[in-house]
Amino acid sequence: MLKDKTHYMEILVKGIWKENPVAYQVLGICSALAVTVKMSTAIVMAVALTVVTAFSGMIISSLRKQIPSNIRIIVELAVIASLVIVTDEVLKAFFYDTSKQLSIFVGLIITNCIVLGRAEAFALANDPIDSFVDGIANGIGYGLILVFVAFLRELLGSGKIFGLAVIPQFIFEAGYQNMGLMVLAPGAFFIIGLLVWLKNSLPGISHEKK
Amino acid sequence: MGDLLSLFINSVFIGNILLAYFLGMCSFIAVSKNIETATGLGFAVIFVLTVTSPVNWLIYHGLLAPGALSWAGFPDLDLSFLKFITFIAVIAAIVQAVEMIIDKYSPLLYATLGVFLPLIAVNCAILGTSLFMVERNYTLIESIVFGAGSGTGWMLAIVSMAAIRKKTLYADVPKGLEGFGITMIIAGLMAMTFMMFSGITL
Repeated sequence: MLKDKTHYMEILVKGIWKENPVAYQVLGICSALAVTVKMSTAIVMAVALTVVTAFSGMIISSLRKQIPSNIRIIVELAVIASLVIVTDEVLKAFFYDTSKQLSIFVGLIITNCIVLGRAEAFALANDPIDSFVDGIANGIGYGLILVFVAFLRELLGSGKIFGLAVIPQFIFEAGYQNMGLMVLAPGAFFIIGLLVWLKNSLPGISHEKK
Repeated sequence: MGDLLSLFINSVFIGNILLAYFLGMCSFIAVSKNIETATGLGFAVIFVLTVTSPVNWLIYHGLLAPGALSWAGFPDLDLSFLKFITFIAVIAAIVQAVEMIIDKYSPLLYATLGVFLPLIAVNCAILGTSLFMVERNYTLIESIVFGAGSGTGWMLAIVSMAAIRKKTLYADVPKGLEGFGITMIIAGLMAMTFMMFSGITL
């Protein structure tokens, strides 16, 4: 059962921009804040989350007619947890250093509200392919915010991008200093807060209900 | 005793699970609109954390850790990769059990905490505490203290946030920053305040 392309485009646009999970639905903030000190960890985390959301959406959606509704949370968690274990093992095998830096936050994808939220709100009511696309869209939407926050925090906090120094030496000699605050927890809160402000001021976005 | 006290203070203030490690943000944002509900959820989190942390410790060190199954004849078995799925199942089961016990024996408490308990099963602070406990190699006693401390820190943060948000109702917040935006900025300021404690050593 193939639907035309615009249908999938619509799901994509909704997840990435119109109803961005972090900025609009306020989901998945925990990890969005914790892994954004550096670009590299943010990107790995975004990819891991996209994979888990997409596949868990697909699997749960294929099972949706078999799952009794009163035990659905446990079933969803079991599916998600299994996918997270696979992701964690793959990360440990191929990106050991990054996986060490992400520490417990890969495991916390299980309780990331985006994954469970999409499973509850979308996968239980739509067919597997739609749910897969929706998972990818929300993963990318989450990833974009993550990368943007990480970019600002790494640039302002340690003057680097992907670990390479980008701010030339003469600027430091002229009295410029790295903002230590950006590397610490409060910097993440401030950037997300300001980002939401920016997003709410841009046109074409559903506004958060008060 | 001194070590345990220091661990407790540390997990309440310096390493505050919410403001330093960002765990449990979703319910922190969603439930901090009202002081009473925030207090109710806070107590539920303290309770569940204090119970799940040692139970997960026992399961991890008794069944999953490398070499833990040597008594059953599998000295080389390392099941630690199963910790995610085991912990989440244990947490969900304990939350369910706590809900039923409270419902049976204390209907009054159930009326206040009941609605929050299912929410807690997917609160990242609970799973995060269990995972931190494994990563930092705590002992059983330390894991109880750490669980209680993290819960107290979380409650402290959400109750103060609810109190501040009540005040912002009367504040003239720029349009677009209202709601979620200003909450994040207040959380940032709170995180800065809590960082002040990091100079204190016990």
